[in-house]
Amino acid sequence: MNPVNYLYLAALLFTIGASGVLIRRNAIVLFMCVELMLNASNLALVTFSRLHGNLDGQILAFFTMVVAAAEVVVGLAIIVSIFRTRHSASVDDSNLMKL
Amino acid sequence: MNSLIPLLVAAPLAGAALLLLGGRALDRFGHWIATALAALSFAFGLALFADMLGRDAEHRAVVERLYTWIPVDGFQADISFQLDQLSIVFVLLITGVGSLIHLYSVGYMAHDERRRRFFGYLNLFLAAMLILVLADNYLLLYVGWEGVGLASYLLIGFWQHKPSAATAAKKAFIVNRVGDMGLSVAIMLMFAEFGSFAFGPVFGAAGDASQGKLTAIALMLLLAACGKSAQVPLQSWLGDAMEGPTPVSALIHAATMVTAGVYLITRSAAIFNLAPDAQTAVVVVGAVTLVFGAIVGCAKDDIKKALAGSTMSQIGYMIMAAGLGPIGYAFAIMHLVTHGFFKAGLFLGAGSVMHGMNDEVNMRHYGGLRKYMPVTFWTFLLGTGALIGFPLLSGFWSKDKIIDAAFAKGGAEGWILGLCALTGAVITAFYMTRVVLLTFFGEKRWQPDGDGNLPHPHESPKTMTIPMIVLAFGSVFAGGLFTLGSSFLNFLEPVTGHQEGHPPFNSYVVSVIATVCMLAGVGLAYVMYGRGPVPVKAPVGSLLTRAARRDLLQDDFNHAVLVRPGSALAATLVWFDSKGLDGFVNGLAAAIGGLSGRLRRIQTGYVRTYALSMFGGTLVLVASTLLMRSV
Repeated sequence: MNPVNYLYLAALLFTIGASGVLIRRNAIVLFMCVELMLNASNLALVTFSRLHGNLDGQILAFFTMVVAAAEVVVGLAIIVSIFRTRHSASVDDSNLMKL
Repeated sequence: MNSLIPLLVAAPLAGAALLLLGGRALDRFGHWIATALAALSFAFGLALFADMLGRDAEHRAVVERLYTWIPVDGFQADISFQLDQLSIVFVLLITGVGSLIHLYSVGYMAHDERRRRFFGYLNLFLAAMLILVLADNYLLLYVGWEGVGLASYLLIGFWQHKPSAATAAKKAFIVNRVGDMGLSVAIMLMFAEFGSFAFGPVFGAAGDASQGKLTAIALMLLLAACGKSAQVPLQSWLGDAMEGPTPVSALIHAATMVTAGVYLITRSAAIFNLAPDAQTAVVVVGAVTLVFGAIVGCAKDDIKKALAGSTMSQIGYMIMAAGLGPIGYAFAIMHLVTHGFFKAGLFLGAGSVMHGMNDEVNMRHYGGLRKYMPVTFWTFLLGTGALIGFPLLSGFWSKDKIIDAAFAKGGAEGWILGLCALTGAVITAFYMTRVVLLTFFGEKRWQPDGDGNLPHPHESPKTMTIPMIVLAFGSVFAGGLFTLGSSFLNFLEPVTGHQEGHPPFNSYVVSVIATVCMLAGVGLAYVMYGRGPVPVKAPVGSLLTRAARRDLLQDDFNHAVLVRPGSALAATLVWFDSKGLDGFVNGLAAAIGGLSGRLRRIQTGYVRTYALSMFGGTLVLVASTLLMRSV
């Protein structure tokens, strides 16, 4: 199977993730969309690794996973604490950082 | 012995510090400390003088270097005193007359609650004036120059609760500042030209400098002298300076500080001798002022202002003599010393009269005081005699020499100057006789003061009469003593140089003419003020009289030519500043503020908006990278 198709898939997934981040209000969904984008780029990296015939992309994908795991831990903690104080998971409700 | 020189300055300086910082504890006896320190300084001066007389003429000048004030490569400012024949004359005059006036002030200021401060200022003045005449370089001289200006300002405005005194002090300070500018420019020019401002190197190298440079330096020095010595065109402050207590007028604005200009010109003889154009300017300034001051002195009814006009006029004589070059320097200084005696005496007499007349200054409200104040009357009369050049009194000797020197200038110039000097002599005799007649003779024209009490004139206390008597002795004998065997001239010659003048006629003829002129002035004054009753209210008078009462319109002139255009310029600049510059800056600030107000709307606080802008940014970056690659 032509590996370029994987790139198309990655682009599609990334686009879905990005649109999700921009459109959805629920913090959890937003978070999942971010994961989708990360994994789309992981897919692209692995594909490039295959295309070029070396392991650089795969190593980078591992890095991404580790960072994503850390990000999930910190991000979920923030979301939970916001939910506790505001009783809402909508990101539009936390809009105090403005003049 | 030379180590006494710094002590000479230190004594009054310590007195000033003690009295001004010492607080109320010194209120009861502070004035005696100040007087004792002034007398101590005089004693040091006498000791140094005796020491100096013991040496030959060539070895009389000594330099006492204390330390280097500003040690920078190529710029050495030393605190260094030079005591030579010229300095010692000034030292003795300043500390001698100064001590007497300290003593007089003990009586005069007895009832003033700020007496301690007054004496502190007087001591400060003495110290500054001594620095001025003892400095061996122009920068240290400048320190003293500013110091006496400060002391003068503080003392003119001593009764600062009177708005007129406060204004007079400011006026004196500002007018003096114009002159001080001249001195500082002169020092800068000297440093640029000679690389030094110490007397020795500057005078040594003066011969190599170009004519233009020397003339510029000399003219700047003349400007400085005009400011400090109240010469035309910077004369306007002296009359108003009479707002200060009378001892101040006697010490600072008659005997010592105002003669600093004459000292400056005489000290800088080496420069002036090489700049004939500047010398001409000096002579013109002196001649104009001597007539100007005399005319003003005739019209004033305020006894102190009449004497102030006279001071201006007499310093005009000195400046003119100094401008004549080596034929005049020594005589300028001689007149300066005799003038110091009799003018200080006259001012002290005026103060004594005011003391007895409830501080009345208008001579039209005096009259008939000779019976009530005999000591004041006789000392005042002797001072007047000396000032108008009555034969054999001090002023006769010193003024005759100046008239002689003026004629000896030669040519039309000599005649003009000589006639100016003789005219001045006539007017001097006129106004001084007028002062004496109005004050001590005629019927009583005493007026009740603000509370309706008529004054009860009485002789002043001993502390006041003793200085007047001592100064009267000086007024009578100093001139003759100096002239005897040309002792003063021979003493000063190594410093100022001397060249015998050759007037177109014998100097005895000059003496006779001057005496006739003097008698004419006295006679005229007697005819006008001695025979009939004097009106209590001043008559309207001729155009000249009215102008002279207004100081020959000098204030009006300054107001029209300097103050008003200055104010207009300042107002224009303020307008330009507030409307133009501030408008631009404020407009810029407002524009940026408004723009920022709009820009900050970008910060919505919504996470997703920020995310969108990040995506947008990334897209732009990627797109531009691709675009650059493809090109």
